[in-house]
Amino acid sequence: MHRKYTTLIRIIETGTVNFMRNVTLAVAAMAVMVVTLTIVLFSIIANATFVNTINQITDKISVSAYLKDSVSEQQGQELAANIRKQPEVEKVIYLNKKQALANYVEQNKSNTNLVTAAAAVGNPIPATIQVYPKDLNEINAIKVYLVKPQNKKLQTPESPSYNGDRKKAIDNITHATNVLRKIGIFSIVTFSIICALIIFNTIQMAIFNRRDEIKIMRLLGASTSYIRGPFIVESAIYGILSAVISVLVINSAFLASSNALQASSLGLLDINYASTYFGAHFWQFLLLQIGIGIIIGTVSSAIATRRYLKFKTK
Amino acid sequence: MILLDRVSKTYERSREASLDRISVNIDAKEFVIVIGQSGAGKTTLLRLLTREERQTSGKIVVGGIDYDKLKDRDIPHLRRKIGVVFQDFKLLPNKTVYENVAFALEIVGASNREIRRTVPRVLEIVNLSDKSKNMPNELSGGERQRVAIARAIVRQPRILIADEPTGNLDPKNAWDVIRILEKINRYGTTVLLTTHNQAIVNKLKKRVITIAQGKVVSDRKNAEYYKD
Repeated sequence: MHRKYTTLIRIIETGTVNFMRNVTLAVAAMAVMVVTLTIVLFSIIANATFVNTINQITDKISVSAYLKDSVSEQQGQELAANIRKQPEVEKVIYLNKKQALANYVEQNKSNTNLVTAAAAVGNPIPATIQVYPKDLNEINAIKVYLVKPQNKKLQTPESPSYNGDRKKAIDNITHATNVLRKIGIFSIVTFSIICALIIFNTIQMAIFNRRDEIKIMRLLGASTSYIRGPFIVESAIYGILSAVISVLVINSAFLASSNALQASSLGLLDINYASTYFGAHFWQFLLLQIGIGIIIGTVSSAIATRRYLKFKTK
Repeated sequence: MILLDRVSKTYERSREASLDRISVNIDAKEFVIVIGQSGAGKTTLLRLLTREERQTSGKIVVGGIDYDKLKDRDIPHLRRKIGVVFQDFKLLPNKTVYENVAFALEIVGASNREIRRTVPRVLEIVNLSDKSKNMPNELSGGERQRVAIARAIVRQPRILIADEPTGNLDPKNAWDVIRILEKINRYGTTVLLTTHNQAIVNKLKKRVITIAQGKVVSDRKNAEYYKD
């Protein structure tokens, strides 16, 4: 037990000393790791920001059912309650004629002509049930429910509003958001794989440079774990430091952008949200990056040392 | 201590055998010199003994270990029992002189106390106490070879194999190295030395095995060898 403990301490010490003595190699390997880990972290934050933007868009999309003036408030509330029970439905808002008019006026307050015209003819706005789907892809199921005869008979002829140009716009948005979500996940996975391969290759190159050292240790009778251990420790140190640096790079980038850009968004990338999201998850990101760095570093060095540790059996 | 019985070694790319059915028996505490021209098979012989290579046929037994029964996982244990001095030193470039020697003890699980006690003593034997903190690239050829010897003897192996240890050294350094090997042999270690240096062979007056074209062509006490 004591001997194993001594060996473990020696492996950690040797790995640390080797890291300091091979500074040039360490800096080269870590530079690559920092860049790749930063790309992975950036793609995660960018994806979260895109998803947030998409959610902001989709949250505003609803199907409206316009009720006939002959339908009583109680009937309207009952229909709203039934719609609420549907599994696809996230939220239902019932607006009686008065509330619907107020809502219309609020939405069109900049267009005084419209507001004046509406007031002139009494209240032309029907009582409305606004239905928000859980997922944009389920909007059609909600429409199917609304056009069932027992529901449709309570509505005006043009209801529900998921028709014509609006239907096309909603369908386009649904399609676009689905594609964007897939692109986000695909890019995270792709970047992660590419980064893992680049880091693996870098560590393999670093170990290739020191293959003679491994062979000498082998000739002297060192065990596999005693040779490999310090290399794994060294690579883990690369991983930890690279992870910390990459998180600091992103942090600095957000600080710089908030000071210099003076812009809250660049197209779909809402920098304010990205910065807030990064700040809120700072420690999780740091741990995630350290975890990725250690895992890729240690696995790479374990694989890379393997070929130089083999015995000749022929 | 070392037994080779009709040992042959043929490399895949070469048609001729590097070693052709050689048989040698070396007793404990012997000092044996293996001579032969370049390409004669001396280094192949030593590589078989350290199990860097595997014989094509024949039997090798070193210190009671039958190489035919040796599994890969046992090779490190075998190598820990044999001290080896390489012609090209094979020092660990990222370790100091002290650490290079200590490494040989670390891999057998020696305690820090034992290392702190033994390494300075061995460095004193090879006259390198003042260079213990130097890196290998700061040493001369002779000094590097003495570090390699210190590393090979620090575990007090029963067998020491030295492959042309004087090959890269000037005469003075070469003799320093040979004196150390003689001293180790006097302490009871079996020494197997390969060399080109005729002066060393003549002066040492030890058993001499001559290899030519992969075969043992003579095996005599130095007096007989010198007479011829």
